[in-house]
Amino acid sequence: MISILRRKNDTQPTRRLCIQVLRHNPADAASVPHLQAFEIAEAEGMTLFIALNEIRATQDPSLQFDFVCRAGICGSCAMLIDGRPGLACRTLTRDLGTTITLAPLPFFELIGDLSVNTGKWMRGTSERLQTWIHSSAQTDLDALEAPMEPELAEAIYELDRCIECGCCIAGCGTAQMREKFVGAVGLNKIARFRLDPRDDRSNDDFYELIGDDDGVFGCMSLLGCHDVCPKQLPLQTQIAYLRRKMAVIGLA
Amino acid sequence: MDVIHTDVLVIGGGLAGLRAALGARKRGQKVIILSLVPPKRSHSAAAQGGMQASLGNTAKGAGDNEDIHFEDTVRGSDWGADQEVARMFVHTAPKAVRELAAWGVPWNRVQAGPRDVIIDSQRVTLTEPEAAHGLITARDFGGTKKWRTCYVSDGTGHAMLYAVSDRTIAEGIPVHERMEAVSLIHDGERCYGAIVRNLISGKLLAYVARATCIATGGFGRIYQSTTNAVINEGIGAAIALETGVVPLANMEAVQFHPTAIFPAGILVTEGCRGDGGLLRDVDGHRFMPDYEPEKKELASRDVVSRRMEAHIRSGKGASNRFGEHLWLDITLLGEAHINGKLREVKEICQHFLGIDPAKQWIPVRPAQHYSMGGIRTDAHGAARGLSGLFACGEAACWDLHGFNRLGGNSVAETVVAGMIVGEAIADFCATPEGDMHVSTALVRDCREQENARFADIATSRGQESASVLMQRMQAIMSEKVGIVRNGDDLTVAVDELKNLLLRSRQIGLRSSAPGANPELTTAWRVQKMLKLALCVAYGALQRSESRGAHFREDYPRRDDAQWLKRTLAFWRDPEQRVPTLEYENLDVRHMELPPGWRG
Repeated sequence: MISILRRKNDTQPTRRLCIQVLRHNPADAASVPHLQAFEIAEAEGMTLFIALNEIRATQDPSLQFDFVCRAGICGSCAMLIDGRPGLACRTLTRDLGTTITLAPLPFFELIGDLSVNTGKWMRGTSERLQTWIHSSAQTDLDALEAPMEPELAEAIYELDRCIECGCCIAGCGTAQMREKFVGAVGLNKIARFRLDPRDDRSNDDFYELIGDDDGVFGCMSLLGCHDVCPKQLPLQTQIAYLRRKMAVIGLA
Repeated sequence: MDVIHTDVLVIGGGLAGLRAALGARKRGQKVIILSLVPPKRSHSAAAQGGMQASLGNTAKGAGDNEDIHFEDTVRGSDWGADQEVARMFVHTAPKAVRELAAWGVPWNRVQAGPRDVIIDSQRVTLTEPEAAHGLITARDFGGTKKWRTCYVSDGTGHAMLYAVSDRTIAEGIPVHERMEAVSLIHDGERCYGAIVRNLISGKLLAYVARATCIATGGFGRIYQSTTNAVINEGIGAAIALETGVVPLANMEAVQFHPTAIFPAGILVTEGCRGDGGLLRDVDGHRFMPDYEPEKKELASRDVVSRRMEAHIRSGKGASNRFGEHLWLDITLLGEAHINGKLREVKEICQHFLGIDPAKQWIPVRPAQHYSMGGIRTDAHGAARGLSGLFACGEAACWDLHGFNRLGGNSVAETVVAGMIVGEAIADFCATPEGDMHVSTALVRDCREQENARFADIATSRGQESASVLMQRMQAIMSEKVGIVRNGDDLTVAVDELKNLLLRSRQIGLRSSAPGANPELTTAWRVQKMLKLALCVAYGALQRSESRGAHFREDYPRRDDAQWLKRTLAFWRDPEQRVPTLEYENLDVRHMELPPGWRG
């Protein structure tokens, strides 16, 4: 028979978890950032989604956090888990120690406790980098679609898998120093549209968007982004490739 | 008072809402979209397997056309669907796929020549036509005669949502994020927009609009075991119901997806079975052919879910410490296929189960998945009961799906409905009816009323806990209003839900954090969700037949003589404790495909 869960030995007692949350409510003038500890009993298969909801339901109903899909696909719940950016919903407590420290993702505007406004920043970046297909072609919806090589479609999807969770920004050295840096999420999007033959833009056009220190030349190649990306996007290769292409334009 | 004026207010930033907004914007209307979350985080992103459209590019899709798609959809619905809507839908779906392709969706493409696939557990070599090379390909899904489901690996919804969301950014349509519509501004005849709560500050604003479109998705979170995202609480449908004049239709028609991982309830796509995956029981036996010798694992979802539950009841379920389940076996598809076409499934299995689906079986059990019912509209999205109000997508019941939706028809519906309803909204705005004379007193009164409701909850000294009531409601719905229903259980469920509704007026808060206190938000929402739960349970109790996903073991047959009709649930008096049900007949004389055997 197939074993389904990495089962805990039944003789082992249930762990008591101490979950420390960095709390602050900007809407409350009296609020001071502080660590608050919550104790809960670990359950089998417990994720941070389950743990935080249990804390909110049974201990502190004012605790703020963001979950949507709870399946690791929507990017809402990125936070610092023991100091490392990650998706809380798919983090199992059994992979962590008995004391777990949670903090909001840095860099983004704090809404309260573990909730940050990634959406506002992502929309701004999208407007700035014009992350949509630029095409002057008129599409006839009644005509057969334009063919595309199957491998190319798959290569575009590979970069299209970004979920805008913000982990790469939280793990980025440049972003700590340069507030306007577009980060790996922004550069990956440029790489994605650059690869797409349906987008009319040229390298010169892309250079206008990212050919400076807030764009591809700001990257210091520390590659924290690559290490923490929950979708394991090929950020290292894409940024390096893009920098080479943009450097050619810049030197021309 | 903060009042924001616009031509069109779209409530909901998922695929349906975004696409409707684009349609209205293209026709020159000023549009604002409200969204609970950043739109790219909407539940549309969770659609994995694909979108049906009869392109017929592949070898196994050859000869496909709108007529076959139409028949599959109507049969799948167990003749509950509106056939005029189904016709329009199948005609528009191929256009929607091509529009999305132009907007950047990286649809998987046909590779000409031979390729190996798994069909009915056998390795088969298909030869894709040379002329179709590079066109949009399709996979097999349940309940369809042809391979018709266009896909992007198993991240189809994600790719579609990103392309459409990026399109709205390109068109400069503002999305007001973290905003929740808490009531509709109306005078019993016309809708003038919505009162909206800012989920960061907790403040109420008025959005006054000539046309308002609700596209807030389904209400799966009234169930304990659901594949739905935590934001799918049905509040959009609930505020329409609370107008007292807009009915919710077929609320008892709730779909359960066969393959949610157990016990977390996270979806793994129907594409797993479409691509050749099998269902197995405690003995490793492939049991579906015993029940459904023809369609096997790929019978329609209601049938497979029912067979799975029956098989578990017969003592053939596997079990772990959380309870009983069955196995989904995709090991036969091979690692390369799983890594390429089922990678989200692979990630979900890794992260939530700690298994590799290329080597191990996946524990699954059916879970609530989709709401066929919703705000009753006409075939172009105009809501019954209030002029100026529209609805589209899962929140609406224009009635494409009847009593069972086919896999791949929901993301398809979001964009197709968005195209059709977006045009209808623009048409409406261009007519004299689309002009508006709104009383500022009405807007103020609506806001004051909502303010008072929130203040009442916030200052109540009641003893009830919102989260306790919520959990109890979810447990009742999963236990007694689930896949297999009967009169006794439903009666108990309705009684207890009525009791919970009364108790929900006695909720007291334990916290008073400034800003949008999450406890206050839950307390306010649970009152609305209980009304939806009552619409589902009471509608299910009254419908003494079995049709599609609504299965009554005490009335196991479809009864066209009595029940070829659509349920309409009204909540006319705020004090009433069950909805008022009315019924509208489906006219057989206007059916292109008269009721028959589902096959």
